Amino acid sequence: MIGQLTVSERQSALIILLFIVLWGLSMAIAGHGDLLGPQGWIVLLAGVLGLFGVMSGYYAPEPGADRLTRYYDDPSKVGIILAMIWAVIGMFVGVWVATLLAYPDLTFDAGWASFGRLRPVHTSGVIFGFGGNALIATSFYVMQRTCRTRLPDQLTPWFVLLGYNLFCLLAASGYLMGITQSKEYAEPEWYADIWLVIVWVTYFVLYLRVLMRRKEPHIYVANWYYMAFILVVAILHIVNNLAMPISFGSAKSYSAFSGVQDAMTQWWYGHNAVAFFLTAGFLGMMYYFMPKRAGRPIYSYRLSIISFWGITFFYMWAGSHHLHYTALPHWVQTLGMTFSVMLLVPSWASAGNALMTLNGAWHKVRDDATLRFMMVAAVFYGLSTFEGSFMAIRSVNSLSHYTDWTVGHVHAGALGWVAMITFGSIYAAVPWLWKREAMYSARLVEAHFWLALAGTLIYVFAMWNSGIIQGLMWRTYNESGRLAYSFIDSLVAMHPYYIARAIGGLFFLIGAVIGAYNIWMTIRTAPEGAAAKVSERPDPVLAGGLPADVPANIPALQPGE
Amino acid sequence: MSVEQRDPHTGYLTTGHEWNGITELNTPVPRVVYFFLIVTALFSLGYWVLMPAWPLGVSYTRGLLGIDQRATVAEKLQEAALDRATWSKRIETESHQQVEADPQLMQIVRQTGHTLFGDNCAVCHGLRADGNKGGKGFPSLVGNSWLWGGDTNAIAETISVGINATHPKTRVSQMLAFGRDGVLKRNEIDNVVAYVRTLSNPATAKDATPQEIAAGKTLFAANCVSCHGESGKGSTEAGAPDLTDPFWIYGGDAQSIFTTVWGGRQGHMPSWEGRLSLLDRKILTLYLVDLRKKNSQEAKQ
Repeated sequence: MIGQLTVSERQSALIILLFIVLWGLSMAIAGHGDLLGPQGWIVLLAGVLGLFGVMSGYYAPEPGADRLTRYYDDPSKVGIILAMIWAVIGMFVGVWVATLLAYPDLTFDAGWASFGRLRPVHTSGVIFGFGGNALIATSFYVMQRTCRTRLPDQLTPWFVLLGYNLFCLLAASGYLMGITQSKEYAEPEWYADIWLVIVWVTYFVLYLRVLMRRKEPHIYVANWYYMAFILVVAILHIVNNLAMPISFGSAKSYSAFSGVQDAMTQWWYGHNAVAFFLTAGFLGMMYYFMPKRAGRPIYSYRLSIISFWGITFFYMWAGSHHLHYTALPHWVQTLGMTFSVMLLVPSWASAGNALMTLNGAWHKVRDDATLRFMMVAAVFYGLSTFEGSFMAIRSVNSLSHYTDWTVGHVHAGALGWVAMITFGSIYAAVPWLWKREAMYSARLVEAHFWLALAGTLIYVFAMWNSGIIQGLMWRTYNESGRLAYSFIDSLVAMHPYYIARAIGGLFFLIGAVIGAYNIWMTIRTAPEGAAAKVSERPDPVLAGGLPADVPANIPALQPGE
Repeated sequence: MSVEQRDPHTGYLTTGHEWNGITELNTPVPRVVYFFLIVTALFSLGYWVLMPAWPLGVSYTRGLLGIDQRATVAEKLQEAALDRATWSKRIETESHQQVEADPQLMQIVRQTGHTLFGDNCAVCHGLRADGNKGGKGFPSLVGNSWLWGGDTNAIAETISVGINATHPKTRVSQMLAFGRDGVLKRNEIDNVVAYVRTLSNPATAKDATPQEIAAGKTLFAANCVSCHGESGKGSTEAGAPDLTDPFWIYGGDAQSIFTTVWGGRQGHMPSWEGRLSLLDRKILTLYLVDLRKKNSQEAKQ
């Protein structure tokens, strides 16, 4: 890995790592006696490990100029592996917290294992750990190919990928220690947030640099979405995390906003994190891997434009639907609701564009579980965006809010759409990246598909049932005009659904473990003679980038530097 | 470079752009998309006209319907209070006996009491008010053993002021830590425990020698009777439990009783006067008395 960096990049890497070590050290010293201290040690350790890594390869020969004729895919490979590791961790903790809700004694009387600390480990683990790594890995892969240019240097992508994982590590370890700023999906405290800003802005600049170097006259749709994802997440993250630390030696900070403004900022962030992290980013993924795998042109370029601008414009307004019937002024709720309703049209246009792209390739969907992952993802995308717009209507929300219906809705999106499109894309990308003919086992992909689908359905149906029962129990009055059920009655009624939900989650987790094993075996075992076969075969990715009239011996890329 | 090609499957032309083998068709946007964009936009426009919607600096458009969520809630609360007034006033003003004698009112007490109990008391006392079946430090409220008295007035008072709570008139009670504070030695506590166990269950006498039990009895007379009484029947004045009945808050086996004598006990119950209205507290009191009656009837059958 170090051998691929030029000497000047190795020197830059050492300087950056030195800064990280100093940062960790100062946090460990200033935060002595506070929870910030252990977090500092984690940073310090990460920095020292990085220094050792770079030093050990420092005198390796420099990479040749021929590297510039190939795309730089190693960060994508590592990103995919990290994504699968986070997937297994995050989903395991998810099953654990799901089981905790049914059997609360599974905290083993340990503070770190309480629901309140484990739950963000699950959400951050799957959203940021699994989803984020998959987005970074595939975005590097897709942007190079659709811009027909190489990543501008070898160091920046590593900084983005590994720096991002340092953030995830700080986040997860912090939660277990009890560090949180109590904002859903934005729990990490100020020091981790500042670090993510640095990493994320670097990511944004990297993306711009690639786009500026592109050899294609037009920017492909996937890149619009990746771009929107990176840009808007930067804005959201910075604004929502504006806070004042109580001191540089403390992990605790206070939000710059107070009261209902804080709530509104948080849900403007929260809903747009769903929009631009979990939707736009993964639409970028879908727009590349689905047509590629299906071998079909995108159904309609014009539809892509309408949905892209519809999604980016309408989503920005929708956050206040998380605060219906609260202290938030009525008019803000009205805006959130109406924009959520209008949002349905571009969302369905996107889902429709994806499904119509499969016209002419449905026989492949039948035979190929990888493509079927992507197809089901598009269906779930359509279902959960419909459900989302529906739940944003105030009168519907009065039933659904604070119930498990919300949890079911989120998981229809997260399992059905985000995870399925990611697994589909990863199963497509892994053989292309590692130059294998196919995945190690097509039958394991098939098994993963059915486990994931069954798990999602069990989960979502369990939560629909429990959510609606909960909502009805909370609003039912007896004939004397008082609430008919106590909260604890509704909890007792939830018990069977909580067990079903844990089982659904377990199915999904088993699928992910099978996927991780399958990917690992694909990387490890090159089938005999396959390497030769692959090299004879025109590289489906590289050669595809060449117009038909260009002789195949011309490098696909011009030097990127 | 830009060469449009006709897709054989759909018959549409591509846009002529191509990225690493991916092309796009120039399919026109289906009419249904425009249709629903217009429908949802019109719906939103209509909604904005009718409801509070757009900010205007310091104010906002109020909407033709003049609806505001705060006013709606206030109205509904008032309506609900009116609805309940017919019975709530009666429960509030009539005596416990009068309410208990009225089956209609008692029906309301049962319904409402269940919810109130579930939301406020069940966390400690258990959803069935049986103290989570004992042994966990929370007394059963459906049995016949009461620390501070089980009649209606006593229960009402306990709910109001709590036990070892912050209320100025709270019920106060503490059992000393005889072992930890060095009042009794370990073997002395063993003897007391042996004696105390025989009070509720004479069959346990075989677990210890008669000398030990006799020694325990002497120690009991010297140390425990001031609260628990000479016969061990306890006192609802001091909140001291009856040691001769089969009900145990912290467990009645030798080990549990030893722990209690060694480390003492001081249970807490919050005072509900500031949190629940007089009406709600009265409903809870009546609900508990009724629940106990129902329970003892069931036990008889």
